[in-house]
Amino acid sequence: MSETDGLIRARGLVKRFGDLVAVDGIDLDVRRGEAFGFLGPNGAGKSSTMRMIGCVSPVTAGTLRVLGLDPAADGPEIRARLGVVPQQDTLDTELTVWENVLIYGRYFGLSRRELRPKIDELLEFVQLSERSGDKVEPLSGGMKRRLTIARSLVNDPELLLLDEPTTGLDPQARHVVWDRLFRLKQRGVTLVLTTHYMDEAEQLCDRLVVMDHGRIVAAGSPRELIERYATREVVEVRFEDERPDNGALSGLAARVEELPDRVLIYTSDGDATAAAVSDRGLPPHSTLVRRSSLEDVFLHLTGRTLID
Amino acid sequence: MESLVQPLRAYEHWLAQYKRVWRGTIGTSLLNPLLYLAALGVGLGTIVDRSQNAPAGVPYLDFIAPGLLAAAAMQTAAVEASWPVMGAIKWTRTYYAMTATPLTERDVLIGHQLFVITRVLTASAAYLLVVAAFGAVNSWLGLLAVPVAVLIGTAFSMPMAAYAATREGDSSFPPIFRFLIVPMFLFSGTFFPVSQMPLAFELAAYVTPIWHGVELCRQLTLGEAELPAALGHLVYLLAWTLGGFLAARRAYRRRLFR
Repeated sequence: MSETDGLIRARGLVKRFGDLVAVDGIDLDVRRGEAFGFLGPNGAGKSSTMRMIGCVSPVTAGTLRVLGLDPAADGPEIRARLGVVPQQDTLDTELTVWENVLIYGRYFGLSRRELRPKIDELLEFVQLSERSGDKVEPLSGGMKRRLTIARSLVNDPELLLLDEPTTGLDPQARHVVWDRLFRLKQRGVTLVLTTHYMDEAEQLCDRLVVMDHGRIVAAGSPRELIERYATREVVEVRFEDERPDNGALSGLAARVEELPDRVLIYTSDGDATAAAVSDRGLPPHSTLVRRSSLEDVFLHLTGRTLID
Repeated sequence: MESLVQPLRAYEHWLAQYKRVWRGTIGTSLLNPLLYLAALGVGLGTIVDRSQNAPAGVPYLDFIAPGLLAAAAMQTAAVEASWPVMGAIKWTRTYYAMTATPLTERDVLIGHQLFVITRVLTASAAYLLVVAAFGAVNSWLGLLAVPVAVLIGTAFSMPMAAYAATREGDSSFPPIFRFLIVPMFLFSGTFFPVSQMPLAFELAAYVTPIWHGVELCRQLTLGEAELPAALGHLVYLLAWTLGGFLAARRAYRRRLFR
């Protein structure tokens, strides 16, 4: 990777709030044009990392370069080239959809003349043209989110930071947002996002890191992570009333994980394993054979009592 | 002072919001002085003037009109820099929208204060207009009461913004108004000379920015400005403005960039 391709470069990055260590020495390299994800449970340090990258939170220790610049010295200059979709919307609910993008564009010093066609284009892109003159207050959560995305694009950012872009949205609204983000990626915008939705990470991210307790516990493409930390398939078994004794299912596969409501069996051949469960005289209430997902990786890495 | 270009971008936000409600506020800005001057200046003033013991040797209306104007500037500024500042941090999160762009805490602060100044400026101009209509402006110097009112405003809005930016909820504000702003309104020379109070209260009044503002406005509308004293009042109000600005900039930085 050449220097110029590195949009974000962090070495030993630390963020402390008093005694609380939010980010505990992480290394990162995000390249131009990729979609990079931070995956992790609440409190893992994802948002703190994003705020440091967004130049609104001073680095406690370590080095951070964003667009080749130092956030401590060139915060405003970097922010001029970033788009930010924060976790909580910061829209002007009393203003109209159109005015929201206008006022935000003015923060970047864009003239009204250049903003006028730009706003129409952005509202078209997020499918809000028809609501252009409406106040923001009564819009649905998905629409507000799309408006926040439109607003974040007003300065043609090289790097778009999205902190939990679809949290709280219904499935349809999420898919619309994903579709728009995918189009942005196709246009060459670098996306950096945090999420605790595995399907979101799988759909959008070329590469991701899994964070837990302020550290990076795994890194790679979704496919790589699944291959490294999970098996090809997973058998989910639910039992009617009593579940079999601990150990009754052991030996069936390299890893068996007991959750409160079901047992997960990690295996390379799901059908064979499912048959083996029945053969042991343990007829389950239901059996589901599926390909393993990022969720399996996530649970494996960020904690659940494991029975190996 | 550095460039105002960036703060003006933040200021546009507040203007855009104000555009929706300005008509109502203009009505209030005219109605309030009308009510106060009619009740206290004319109504109560008639009795006071009969006592042959009017303060400063002028009609009571002429005495309290500039005091009321100054106090109104204080109140407008204090209100505009308390709940709206908290709201921009906690409720609408407008400040966070601003700091995601090239704007800095300085731009966010000055941009908001420019709007507070706009409100104080228009309210004070309206006040002076009503005072003039009551015939209580005795000199062209009275026109200067408007810029002085703006300075009174910033002497309160800057420290108030600094305070608001450190608070977690709006329950912190009513005590400030109840125990600081209202007493200052009543006992800082607005309605009677502070020399009538026991010495400790009189001295306390001299410490408040509003006493200096009231004195200055009164000198101007009565046309009796005494230069050294007037300059002293100006410097004192400027000191509160500047100190408040520095405190607020620090509070904004700690709050928005942590």
